[in-house]
Amino acid sequence: MSYLPRKLLQVLGSIFAVATFNFFLFHIIPGDPIRLIARTQKLDPEAVAELRKKFGLDGSIIHQYLVYLKNLAHADLGYSFSLHEGVGSVLLRALGHTALLLTVSTLIVVIIGIAIGVYAGSRQGKKSDSWIVISSLVFWSMPTFWVGMLLVFVFGVWWGGLPISGITTPNAVYSGSLSYMMDIARHLILPTLTLALVDIAFFIMITRTSLIEVMHEDYMLTARGKGLSRKTVVWKHGVRNALLPVMTASALYISALVGGAIQVEVVYSWPGMGLLMYNSVLARDYPVLEACFLVSSIVVLLANFASDVLYRVLDPRVSVAR
Amino acid sequence: MSSPQVLHIPPVKRSMLAQLWNDRMGRVGLLLTTFTLIAAVIGPIIFVFDSGAVGADATTLLMPPTRTHILGTDELGRDVFSQFLSGSRVSLLVGLMATVISTIIGAGVGIAAGFFTGKLDTVLMAVTDFFLVVPAMPLMIAMGAIFGQNLTIIIVIIGLLSWPRTARIVRSQTLSLRERKFVPRARSLGSTNWRIIKVHMIPHVLPLLIANTILVVAGAILSEATLAFIGLGDPNRISWGSMLHFAFASGAVGRGAWWYFMPPGLGILLIVLAFTLVGHAFDKINNPHLGGSS
Repeated sequence: MSYLPRKLLQVLGSIFAVATFNFFLFHIIPGDPIRLIARTQKLDPEAVAELRKKFGLDGSIIHQYLVYLKNLAHADLGYSFSLHEGVGSVLLRALGHTALLLTVSTLIVVIIGIAIGVYAGSRQGKKSDSWIVISSLVFWSMPTFWVGMLLVFVFGVWWGGLPISGITTPNAVYSGSLSYMMDIARHLILPTLTLALVDIAFFIMITRTSLIEVMHEDYMLTARGKGLSRKTVVWKHGVRNALLPVMTASALYISALVGGAIQVEVVYSWPGMGLLMYNSVLARDYPVLEACFLVSSIVVLLANFASDVLYRVLDPRVSVAR
Repeated sequence: MSSPQVLHIPPVKRSMLAQLWNDRMGRVGLLLTTFTLIAAVIGPIIFVFDSGAVGADATTLLMPPTRTHILGTDELGRDVFSQFLSGSRVSLLVGLMATVISTIIGAGVGIAAGFFTGKLDTVLMAVTDFFLVVPAMPLMIAMGAIFGQNLTIIIVIIGLLSWPRTARIVRSQTLSLRERKFVPRARSLGSTNWRIIKVHMIPHVLPLLIANTILVVAGAILSEATLAFIGLGDPNRISWGSMLHFAFASGAVGRGAWWYFMPPGLGILLIVLAFTLVGHAFDKINNPHLGGSS
């Protein structure tokens, strides 16, 4: 089978595996999902019977599993008991907000991280390089949510110039869509800065190591021997080759990014998937938690697939091998 | 010794600690780790934290540092400094125990897959890749919410979800070891699979495994802190993460109670940094050896 269909089949298999895993996690181990719901919500027997029928709980485990898959196929993710709304629509709204936060911060993290990583890698062993490595390790060792708390304290409380909560100013009246977008942008500053401070370190370290390895290749010496300047050699020859391993490592970063986003959203009350998970934990709203895990896993699987395909497109050697 | 053991150099050298000490990062990491461990063991004995000693009236809540409370009080009027010291134990305990679970699974899966190859390898690596890709934090949160807030459960959850990278690293090392000459030689001398694994694979995988394990500790401590911050910590065993949860939930940040939210965060930062530095130094020591002998 050629590359793309095989890879696509693999992704579909993984999504199916996640869905099955999700089923076992929420439907079998803790016993009865209705009992979990009834633990925190007062339900009359009629509602319980209705729910049992909907989840297929009156049948065998295999029957329940098939009903679960059928509901999934119809994008029916269940009903949120704390929000009194279908999980699907709650999730869709949250997903958009998370996507905005992640897109902006990932762009900043990747661009700045690679730039600093190249700077450090091309000065291996010098003082500036050591300082960059040490500060990267320090930032990488900080819990993301704590960095968020510090920034809230410094910029929200001490200086007080930046919004520290939500996605828009409550009860704000906008003169037009531009002022509306400006308000969102202002609310984005601190959450993005928090994610960036911790995550840039990851890209600095990976780019630096990769560039150092490339700098020792023979063709780099040849390029220098041709009389090209250091700068040209580093940026034109080195960076180009060093970026491919960075791409591969980025796939692993995607799943770490989700963890960071959850923390940032909780600290800044950013109304995305992370805050939704946090509120669902507090309310023990299992259908929402279940859907959050499922959807974030599928998004990460798809993102991995995309980065894999992109890698094939960008690396001529892999394309030839195919 | 006439056993096949003569055929390889002992991979874990006794001078490992000395080598770590010679590396600047390794030395700082070792000092920080030792300091934190001593503080975690002795600190809570000297400054006993009494979770029931709540403040008498509103003036004792979130009180800035004084002579009796050198790091002030929390939102219930309890001493922050002794709470900080006892929290270090919980954070370290979870980090270390979860790492033990993760390392046993990771090393077991990695060695089995790399040594026996074939179908077993395919299946084990499919499972490993699955857990490598699935975002760990949402899964930890979901499992924490389902199985309850208890220290043992938190340790098991973090341990069960932190092993895939270890398995990958151990597997590739085992695969390359398998191709070396001493394996067929040991086999021709009558060694069983189990003996080859015990005598040849495990000792050679060990240096790499130790470096990785130290980095896993750092990750596990961060995972525990995040879970506790989300509100899934053990309510009876307050860790640094739980302290930050209560500081955040009680609005200590907005009220500028830096004495409450700074110490636990700095504690996590220092201990995670310490393990990261030692892990990186270990990697540096391992790499030339691995490059030279293959």
